[in-house]
This record gives sequence, structure tokens and C-alpha cells, in this order.
Amino acid sequence: MDFVVLLKQVPDLAEELEIDADGTGLDREWLSFVPSEWDEYALEEALILRDGRGGTVTCLALGVETGDVDELLATCLARGADRVIKVGSFEQGPDSHTAAAAFAGALADIQYDLVLTGVQAIDDLDGQVGPLLAARLDLPHISVVTHIAIHGHGKTVTVHQEYAGGVVGEFEAQLPAVLGVQTSRETPRYAPVSRVRQLMKTATIETAGGGGGGGSGLVVEAMTVPVSSSTAEMITGSPQAIAERIAAILAERGIGSVVAR
Amino acid sequence: MSGDIFVIAEHRDGAILDPTYELLGRARALAAASGGEAVAVLLGSGVAGLAVSLGAAARVLVVDGPGLAAFSPSAYQAALVPIVRERQPALVLVANSGSGMDVAAGLSAALDLPLAAYAIDLAVDANGPVVTCQLFAGKIQARVRFAGGRGIVTAVAGSFPADAGMASGSPVIETIAPAASDDRVRFIDLLRPEAGDVDITRESILVSVGRGIGEQDNIELVEALAAALGGAVSSSRPIADLGWLPRTRQVGKSGLKVKPRAYLALGISGAPEHLEGMRGAELIIAVNSDPRAPIFSVAHYGAVADLLDVVPALTARVGG
Repeated sequence: MDFVVLLKQVPDLAEELEIDADGTGLDREWLSFVPSEWDEYALEEALILRDGRGGTVTCLALGVETGDVDELLATCLARGADRVIKVGSFEQGPDSHTAAAAFAGALADIQYDLVLTGVQAIDDLDGQVGPLLAARLDLPHISVVTHIAIHGHGKTVTVHQEYAGGVVGEFEAQLPAVLGVQTSRETPRYAPVSRVRQLMKTATIETAGGGGGGGSGLVVEAMTVPVSSSTAEMITGSPQAIAERIAAILAERGIGSVVAR
Repeated sequence: MSGDIFVIAEHRDGAILDPTYELLGRARALAAASGGEAVAVLLGSGVAGLAVSLGAAARVLVVDGPGLAAFSPSAYQAALVPIVRERQPALVLVANSGSGMDVAAGLSAALDLPLAAYAIDLAVDANGPVVTCQLFAGKIQARVRFAGGRGIVTAVAGSFPADAGMASGSPVIETIAPAASDDRVRFIDLLRPEAGDVDITRESILVSVGRGIGEQDNIELVEALAAALGGAVSSSRPIADLGWLPRTRQVGKSGLKVKPRAYLALGISGAPEHLEGMRGAELIIAVNSDPRAPIFSVAHYGAVADLLDVVPALTARVGG
């Protein structure tokens, strides 16, 4: 079976995010990028499914100038992907509608049974790529999935879709289909940095044109770092002092050593 | 185009879910400014009786057919596309749930209507709808409009009060036969969580841990603290995903919603999905090593520190 994984990089939230001079986007000058967490789960699931049944894993990422797409794709190879393709050419990460159009264009020339991508990304303001792509390609789609299993001689897939309260819907979809992956059954496998560096020099990263898209249709008027509306009282001092203060706050409410359960 | 505001109703076990009421209340408040009605769209099989639970709407479109007996992305899509295309509402409001993501993005692509995701606020002014969306795990907010003045919104649960959407009334009920669906996605079963050893929704004190716990062995530290406080240990999603605590202890969007007397958030950054499940706690105390962690925006008390330093000291203090 042939699996396709769609991935992207997103700004690293460990760094402070700042707004650009226009006030409508992130200041990209100092941003560092990391793979989108949910896309990594999608890749891990694809690798596990392929390892179980045989077949191929092809990873697609948009050719975005910010961040390092080559490193992202080399990491996919280091983890065990069979083939990697850079799609289109973008100055910065495009909106989800444009991304879906680009991926749809590239997929016209690729053999696939199942497309997996992260259920969401921290920057998908105009919705999630998975269902947008599925609607474009007229493929069945299910979001927020775990427990992916292939059945019927590779003709169908069953998944769990997560709802609130730990309730789960079990679905069967005909292949080819698109899935928005919530998490993988195993922690995404590690790729040694030395191996990634080596692959960046030696591996073949194919390129594909990206289909045009009409954009998101959204007009961003302003982006802001939310001013905390909280009245949170910050406790400072040594860990011991913090512990003392928390214990006192709890004791005021009768919680802790003052009152037994 | 009409000024109507559609709310796609979510229901389970014969009851409308809270996020639908939250959206309906907002739709009702904005309908006049939008120049239309708040319209609830209820899909299902034999669900006409549920329409009375949507009294806050001016109109309920009951889309009833055997193919809609359970949620299916393809069946909902097939049923909704012609309705939205024909009636041209100004806004379609959808909960940002597992099923809502499928519905909203599917409609957006099929109808070429823009979609504003992760909304936490929505207003209608002289220039039309304006949506505030939460990005980058809550660290950035974006205020957006729709280029053509119409669009779809997926809203984060808990963004609006549910009470306003629970008002009784006598909406016009309109029954619509759903368009045929291709059945490429088939619902099999609804699986409910197995009862755990502890029901965290009933605990009055929760000591909740996130990624900041670092290693599985450190779970013992928070268990000791919970025992000293007479409470239970709960967690954010990553800890349940790692299998360090049972899934039944997970607080948040895909876990459980809790309202304890005291919630200690230890090493939990406070992604929107987590905040959804615990922001109603009476007292929230957060300890996190990242001073910019969004958890501090909902906490009553916060400390920037390593939980591994604070927890043993706190356990000793309250256990003494």
C-alpha cells in the first residue's frame, strides 16, 4: 500500500512570538521553526502501517523559504520514508486553503491509498488542511483520528474519531481516503541528527509544482499577543517560599493538612 | 445572501451538546445586527423531538433521514452543502470538535466560503462579521473578516455562555429531506470510556500534571502531593498519550471537563484544548517554568518555577 504524509514546519513556541510592523502577522525575522507536532504523529502512523503491511511512505512538504523544508524532508527519510517531495514555492508558509490546493495538484501525479496529515497545526487560521484537501479531491475524510487500521485487503480503513469526554466514534472509510491524525500509537521515532545532516547532502528531494488556489478569503485586520485578562497573582521566591504560599492559599480554603478529606 | 446565522447542532444520546448552546446564544445575540435570524440546523434520524430543545433559535431546520442516524463526515457534508448553498446564510457557526472540524472545512472547500478557525469571539458590526481567533496554542490572537462578508466559523468550546442558547421559545420548524450520501464513510460504533479507578469529575481537589513532569518516575511526586491534599492526580493530554497515567485522568477537550474546588496545574503550559476542560475550576494554581505559558492567563495564582522543586516542598508542607 502507498501512504502519503503531508507535513509542514511551524514557529517554535519555545521562542517568544512577536508581531510584525504591520500588526497583521508574526515578525518572521527571528522565528525558528520546528515540524508541526501532529504531522509528526501522522508520519509515525504511516511508517508503522507500512512496516506492518509493506508498501511505501511518500512525504510531501511545501517549498517554503522560511524555516528549512529540506531538513524536514531529510528527517522524514532518516525516520524511514521512501520518497520525499517538495511542493511548489512559497515565500512563507501559505494559508491552509492554498496549501490544500498545492498538495491536491501534486497528488495528481502520485500513487496513493491513504493520505495522512496532522489533524491541525498551531497556525491554521483558515481551517485544517486534511478536510480541505479531501473536499478538493472528493475523497472521504475523517478528522481527529487515532487507532488507524487497514482492512479488506487494503480497501478500507477503520479509525477512532475523538469527541469530548473520552467518547470515541468508530468509523470505516473506503480507500483512498484522507485522515487528520490526532496522535500516534508510538512516540514518533528518533532520527539521529548526523543521519539527517548526511541525508541533506546526499538524498534526492524531488520537486513538484503546486496547483494554484484562491487563498483563504480571510482578511487579517490585526494580530496581537493577548494581554492577559487574568488577575493571576504571581508568587515569587524560592521553591520553598512558593510551596509555603501555595499551602497557605489552600489552607485558607480548608484544603490540605487543616481538614482531612 | 441572507443575514441569517446558522448553527450546526451537535447532539449525542438524545441531548444537544453544550457547545451548540454556546453558539446558539451568540447567534441569537447577533442576528439583529446581521439582519437575519438565528437558525439551528439539526441533522439526524428521528430527531424532530430534539428541535424543542433549540428554542433559542428563530428557526430550526430538521434534516432527518436514516443515513444521518450517526455522525458521518460524508453524510453531513452531502446534506449540508445544498442547504447552505441555497439559503446563503451570512454565517455558519460550528463547534471546533472532532465532527465540527470535518463539517466546517468540508463546507468551506465545497462552497468556496472562507473559514475562520479556533474562534473565541464573534461580533457583527457595520462592516459585517468580525472574528477573533486563537493561534499558536493561545499565544497569539488574530482579528479577521471574511473578504466577501460571509463565512464559516469554528469556535472553541467555552467561548460563549451556554445559558443564552438554552432559552425557551417557539421556533419555526422546517423539515428537510437530506440529499443522498455516498456512504464512503460508515459509522460503526460509539465507544465510551471505561470507568477508571478514580472519577476526576467528582474530585474536589485535582493535582494535574503536564509535560513539565519530565519523566514517568516523577509521577510519584504528584501522587504523594495529591494524597497529602486528599485529592486525585489528573493530567494534560501528553501524559495520557505517553501512558504515564490512564486516559480516564485526562482533562481537556478530548478528555474530561472538571470543576474542582482546587486545580493545581503543574508543568501544564495551558494549550486551548486543556483550558477547555478546567477553566471552570474554583481555584487554579499554576506552576510552570515558562513565564509566557498561557496557563497563567486562567490561573488565580501562578509561580514560575520547576515543579520538581516545588512539589516535594509543598507535599512536606501540607502533609506535615
